[in-house]
Amino acid sequence: MRFRGSRVRRRYGAVLAVFLGWIVVYPITLVVVESFRGPDGWTLVNVVGFIRDPSEWSALWNSIWISLASVVLAGVIGVPLAFVFERLEFPGRKVLGALVALPIVLPPLVGVIAFLFLYGESGIVARAVTGLLRIDESPWRLRGAGAILLVHAYSMYVYFYLFVRAGLAKIDSSMIEAAQSLGHMPVDIVRKVTLPLLKPQLAAAALLALMTSLGSFSAPYIFGGGFRVMTTQIVASKLNGDMPAAMVETTLLATVALAGLFLFRRFQGERSVAIMSKGIPATATQISQPIARWGAAIIGWLFALFLLLPHITLVMVSLVPLNAWTTEILPARYSLTNYATLIGEPERLRPLLNSLWMAAASTVAVLGVALWAGREIVQRKVRMRGAIERLLSVPWAVPGTVLAIALATMFSLKAPLAGRWVLVGTVVILPLAYFVRNIPIAAGAVVAGFRQLDPSLAEAAASLGAGRFRTIWKVTMPLLRPALLVGGALAFATAVGDFVTSVVLYTFETRPISIEILGALRQFDIGQAAAYGVVLMFVTAGAMALGTRR
Amino acid sequence: MPEPFLQIQNLTKRFGTHAAADDVSLEIERGEILALLGPSGSGKTTMLRLLAGFERPDSGSVQVDGRNVTSHGPAERRFGMVFQHYALFPHLNVGENVAFGLTNLAKLEIQNRVSEVLDLVDLGGFEKRDVSSLSGGQQQRVAVARALAPNPPVLLLDEPLSNLDPALREKTRTELRSALKEVGITTIFVTHEQEEAFALGDVVAVLNEGKLQQVGPAPELYENPSNLFVATFVGRASVLRGTMVGIDRARVADDVEWDVKVARGMVQGTAVDVVVRPQHLTLGTRGIEGTITSVRYGGARAYFSLDVGDNELEVESSIRSAAVGDKVRATATMAYAFPREPSEA
Repeated sequence: MRFRGSRVRRRYGAVLAVFLGWIVVYPITLVVVESFRGPDGWTLVNVVGFIRDPSEWSALWNSIWISLASVVLAGVIGVPLAFVFERLEFPGRKVLGALVALPIVLPPLVGVIAFLFLYGESGIVARAVTGLLRIDESPWRLRGAGAILLVHAYSMYVYFYLFVRAGLAKIDSSMIEAAQSLGHMPVDIVRKVTLPLLKPQLAAAALLALMTSLGSFSAPYIFGGGFRVMTTQIVASKLNGDMPAAMVETTLLATVALAGLFLFRRFQGERSVAIMSKGIPATATQISQPIARWGAAIIGWLFALFLLLPHITLVMVSLVPLNAWTTEILPARYSLTNYATLIGEPERLRPLLNSLWMAAASTVAVLGVALWAGREIVQRKVRMRGAIERLLSVPWAVPGTVLAIALATMFSLKAPLAGRWVLVGTVVILPLAYFVRNIPIAAGAVVAGFRQLDPSLAEAAASLGAGRFRTIWKVTMPLLRPALLVGGALAFATAVGDFVTSVVLYTFETRPISIEILGALRQFDIGQAAAYGVVLMFVTAGAMALGTRR
Repeated sequence: MPEPFLQIQNLTKRFGTHAAADDVSLEIERGEILALLGPSGSGKTTMLRLLAGFERPDSGSVQVDGRNVTSHGPAERRFGMVFQHYALFPHLNVGENVAFGLTNLAKLEIQNRVSEVLDLVDLGGFEKRDVSSLSGGQQQRVAVARALAPNPPVLLLDEPLSNLDPALREKTRTELRSALKEVGITTIFVTHEQEEAFALGDVVAVLNEGKLQQVGPAPELYENPSNLFVATFVGRASVLRGTMVGIDRARVADDVEWDVKVARGMVQGTAVDVVVRPQHLTLGTRGIEGTITSVRYGGARAYFSLDVGDNELEVESSIRSAAVGDKVRATATMAYAFPREPSEA
């Protein structure tokens, strides 16, 4: 019995590993292979073409420096904010502390169009300034590297803010007190003790920001203009039908992302700074001086307002009927027309329903795989668990554009023996792409949930006479519920707001909301675009709220 | 007469309505080791944090060597502090941890001082080791070395031995005491275990509910407790209700009267709590009557629980002197009487 059981176990693990290899690694390998192939077999022509093209080099350089600058900017904003909200007590701290994380409910494309409506050359701020100074044209244009960095800083400081706050909450207060009683002043302590202790959180946030920036597509696509980065370069090559160039570019971007990940891990070093956390976490210091306290509160509220302006703008613009907003600073007329159109016209409702069902289907599938992986890795401890965990995390290190191109390449050819079918152009391809993209997020949450399960609980259930299915249904699943909710919510939110993979793989029949937003923008129907954006914002916020409910 | 080295005067600290330190005054001589002993929640850790400067007192003062440091923060006081969980910096190695408080020194001086204090705690040559690779006892000694390195005026330790396994505690206690005496540093440590307080401290201060109950060397506390709390907290003891019938005589039952020690004189008829230790009770045909309800054997001696109606007495006697269910009498060779608090009546 035992022997047969363990042999079956090994087979389950192998099946999972093969499946993940097929859906995650194989498509990317095909892209790499394609970039070295031409009509007559193996060739270096594509690569040489890339090397000889200065515009490719500048796109590569732009991707790299924009990403590094985004990490620095996001850290410069997020880390001090985390210290202020975790360590100082002032009126409104709780509410503000939650508001500060709100950029996270804006999917990338929605955040970008909100910035466009707010800070663009015909946005509210520009209208106010031209009206005030009585000039004809906006003194600035929301274009190029500056605009991209602005959006990146706005959406990615949240990583630093949330991670560092969580880290600060975990630091044993006696560490800080020890440094004090050894004669060190506060600034010194932050530099010599607090920041070094926060290194894991800082590293995790920086890596997340780096990977997100390298794969960022919406901001460069909308604001880039002539300023190209690798992701926009790839999509442009594909749209121009220059597939060999797209293959080389995709290979290179994947290489840069993986190299970034590798270098980062090397630099991070091996030394464990696991906090021997037994003591009491530090509490927030009440600011005793009334002026300073109210000053902090006012600055905090102003900052929160600044963070919420894109959300407010989006809602406001969504209430503006077509062509009703011409030269005024703020629109004069408001109505629910755009929402009525969105629901009333079947062609307008279609993208919304598409996004919802595709996101839901991909979420169910990805949770299934995450549960399977958790069971194999944590409970069955299959021999291939290390390999399985690495495979699960691969899509995280690979930009969305790369995944999309890879899946487009793999599923545009019928070769069942090679594990390839024609799926491009069918309804399956987008949910499949969302599924692959979300494997790391969902598996991360669910495998961590499995790790927190006390194995003796299942044994206790068994000793009380519960069968395998009763144990899973009555004990394991309820305990895993929080992990499933978090993983599912994050996966659903990412899928429903996806733009970067959709733009490569969509068909007219399966177009998701993001593509429709783009279409509405192209027809200058900004109210309609904003209405879709608002719907996405609330769907995302709802998913996040559901996922983090205690 | 010279002033005491460390002088604590009327120190009070409230958290809301709860007084964690209630008008505490203490004096400690240079080089003396003082134990703050009390049950959990007695305010002993708050006292230590007030001394280190982590908490500001609501009133009262702290003076070191004639200098008033009440308004000074921890960085200015620079008292050495050994935390309960050691608080070693996990991102620094042993040497860097110990050197952390050695600011204004040249590199070579720092090296010398670090190896000097590491030698003192018997960890010579451990400079380059990772703190996470050390055993619990070694981590504790690094924490002591780190606190001692900058030559602080006073050393504070929070439950210094509570994180060690029992087998290691006794050895560590002896080593710690000899190291502290070798340096000659004025030391205050907090503990909830009387054995630890007596073995490591020269003087013991008993705290309860934020109030200082009694200060003195161990035998003094044991033989002359100043109140009911100290009498029952230090050493084992049972409590009976009684009435004073003479200057040093109390009635504990109908026609049973015992000689008692009193901390201050009481008039006849005062209601008292009579405290008696197991070894001061003798089983026999005289004294207070009761039934043996259980026996706990401890080597040649046994401890009998004697139900005397309202209370239970613990009696130490030879193992064969009684059995469960026996009706016996017990009489005391020595006992203490304290006026009963009105609230307990």
